[in-house]
Amino acid sequence: MRCRSPEVYKRERELRNVLKTGAEIIWECLERQGVKVVFGYPGGAILPTYDAMTRYSVHHVLVRHEQGGTHMADGFARAGGGVGVAIATSGPGATNMVTGIATAMLDSSPIVCITGQVGSKLIGSDAFQETDITGITLPITKHNYLVTRAQDIAPSLREAFHIAASGRPGPVLVDITKDAQNSTCEFDWDAAAPKVRRMEPVHFPKPDALEKALALINEAQRPVILAGHGIILSGAMQEAMKFAEKASIPVAETLLGLGGFPASHPLSLGMMGMHGEAWVNTAIQESDLLLAFGMRFDDRVTGNLKTYAPTAKKIHIEIDPAEINKNVRVDIPLIGDLREILQHLIPGVKQTDRGAWLAYIDSLKTDSAVRDIQNLPDSGHLYAAHVIHDLWRATHGDAVVVTDVGQHQMWEAQYYHHEKPRTLITSGGLGTMGFALPAAIGAKFARPDAEVWVVAGDGGFQMTMPELATIVQEKIAIKIAIINNGYLGMVRQWQQFFYDGRYASTPIISPDFAKLAEAFGIQGMSVRTRAEVGPALEAARNNPGPALIDFHVEQEDSVYPMVPAGADLHNMIRRPNPLVEKGSDV
Amino acid sequence: MSESEKLHIFVLYVENQPGVLNRVASLFRRRAYNIESLAVGHTERPGISRMTIVAGISEGAAQRVEANLYKLVNVLSVEDVTHISTIARSVALIKVEAPEESRHRLMEIARVFRARVVDLAPNSMIIEITGTEEKIRALEDLLHPFGILEMVRTGQVVMTRGVKRARARQGETLSTDPGDSDVSHSV
Ligand SMILES: Cc1ncc(C[n+]2csc(CCOP(=O)(O)OP(=O)(O)O)c2C)c(N)n1
Ligand SMILES: [Mg+2]
Repeated sequence: MRCRSPEVYKRERELRNVLKTGAEIIWECLERQGVKVVFGYPGGAILPTYDAMTRYSVHHVLVRHEQGGTHMADGFARAGGGVGVAIATSGPGATNMVTGIATAMLDSSPIVCITGQVGSKLIGSDAFQETDITGITLPITKHNYLVTRAQDIAPSLREAFHIAASGRPGPVLVDITKDAQNSTCEFDWDAAAPKVRRMEPVHFPKPDALEKALALINEAQRPVILAGHGIILSGAMQEAMKFAEKASIPVAETLLGLGGFPASHPLSLGMMGMHGEAWVNTAIQESDLLLAFGMRFDDRVTGNLKTYAPTAKKIHIEIDPAEINKNVRVDIPLIGDLREILQHLIPGVKQTDRGAWLAYIDSLKTDSAVRDIQNLPDSGHLYAAHVIHDLWRATHGDAVVVTDVGQHQMWEAQYYHHEKPRTLITSGGLGTMGFALPAAIGAKFARPDAEVWVVAGDGGFQMTMPELATIVQEKIAIKIAIINNGYLGMVRQWQQFFYDGRYASTPIISPDFAKLAEAFGIQGMSVRTRAEVGPALEAARNNPGPALIDFHVEQEDSVYPMVPAGADLHNMIRRPNPLVEKGSDV
Repeated sequence: MSESEKLHIFVLYVENQPGVLNRVASLFRRRAYNIESLAVGHTERPGISRMTIVAGISEGAAQRVEANLYKLVNVLSVEDVTHISTIARSVALIKVEAPEESRHRLMEIARVFRARVVDLAPNSMIIEITGTEEKIRALEDLLHPFGILEMVRTGQVVMTRGVKRARARQGETLSTDPGDSDVSHSV
């Protein structure tokens, strides 16, 4: 027997240290990326990774449906936790993620989805639980990877995290074959650093573009800032406020922009668009300069493009060049990071007295106030607006509110006044029912000390309610308000307005949600009158654990104002004014 | 193609990897833009392929296609060369009926077009032509009466004139000024 030299011994020992299975590399990478929690569901093709998990510190939340896992990762990211991570097995596990991925894509939310894939030799053979998930998610991810070798896992994962979080954020999927998880290779974190494939264009407007923009801004008589999600994503809250204050320019927010500018600020107008307040949309239509801050002129905020803000020049500050002139032709595009661009603009902005314009917009509010549901005589009925208003009061506007999709989502946007970024989490672009409950779970992991409220409809809640069990298993204190109107309310409203009131398949039966909550081991309450709202909210808030309140509200109330899809932004359906219009529907 | 639409030519440098063509093509498919012609091949640099894509779209759409193509991670550079002075070529192989009596005429036509007869069989011949779209179409029109049996075309390949290459190297910028002194003229 030959003796091995000390050098060879040393080398072997080193190798043993750096040789890892692909599955171990996954966790090693997640740990080094700073990931503390992942949301997943096991299955055959991802089993090696689950087995390796036991040797690492990352906390795994067992979800009840992979869609929930992706929404949790998304909610985690939106609440400010950094890149969210969801894990699933191949085939049905992976396809269950699709809705969550598309939701994250349309709202620019940074998540990394890791899916197991059948062995690389079996790919393309219709093997058990094989789906072409990279093909399926190609148009709904920023990028995706099919990884078939252990040595490609670390570079792909590192790059995935970089891509998800950089520029305009979004989802990235990494599909890893079972043999790649099982085989071993040397793990070298540093060598796996994302490679520069190309010069990333450093977008920043040229000085003359900034000068031209400043000239327009300083000349404008009736300017409006359109504050989008980009304010929050770029962390430009301070700059936006400084800019608005210095130039005395009122600020209208998109749905995803809510919280990017404090609702209580005297310059804040409120939400624009389909369900924006009348004065907001009127101000936009009559303005002579629109300053779009990180928003994309979605059809829900513009209405008919042909008649959109006809007299306004448009300056579009946006990080994604592909958004320029997509829906609305702009006069000056300023491509780059909003925060940096505002920092450059602010010194050149002249302090200007726009008192007349602000006073005019203010005068538009009076009529709206009369129509506001909160100012209507108490009919003894419970309205969703009351519930949201009381929730806002009870939580001092400080809660992280995660909404589902429908009428309640719009009422929340109208009646819960968000002061801080990342306190409203909602599916804007895709409008995904079932988003709220799982996204709230993710948000709670990102901000364990925050008070997290779900505001969901009776319809959407039933889409993902099994995640109640996840809450219980994870022992997290989420509060849930169900706005129960017995209808798929938003669709019912469209049927009322545009289909002669034929309520085809919109009445919806629900279980007794309070009892259901109790069955999961969660405190459940039912509320039917305004007087009960406050005490129920307090009981829920005082409970150290999770709680659910089922608010039985007026069944056929509608969200006002409403700009019908594709109509001119100033042509709103208004809440009937009880003082002048009889036969109101409220 | 509607009135506002015209043929736009995109030159892309992409990583030579599985699935990249799919990502690029998907961008057009998703917007229901028809790709008129597509050519992909290796370049002077290992691991990097060059694509030439011709699609009939409006000016605004072309700008957004360019921006969206650039968002693809595997795309290293994109350029819409429609408004730049370029050399564009494609190749066609055309098999025509060629009985004894028309052979002479066919060879005469081929000669005028600087095309080549690359195969001759008792009753047919294959003519190979390299050229612009217009030139190939003109030849095709002339051969029609003889009876075209089969025809195959490559996608267009396009190169900008002068010493500058299309925006290829990292960080290298290309002047798109048509008055650029580096631009040579057609021969
Ligand atoms: C997954 C999904 N399916 C269908 C829709 C269409 N949709 C939009 S709002 C809505 C009704 C929502 O009803 P509910 O959850 O009860 O909320 P409400 O509008 O009554 O407040 C529907 C069906 C959707 N947005 N998402
Ligand atoms: Mg409902």
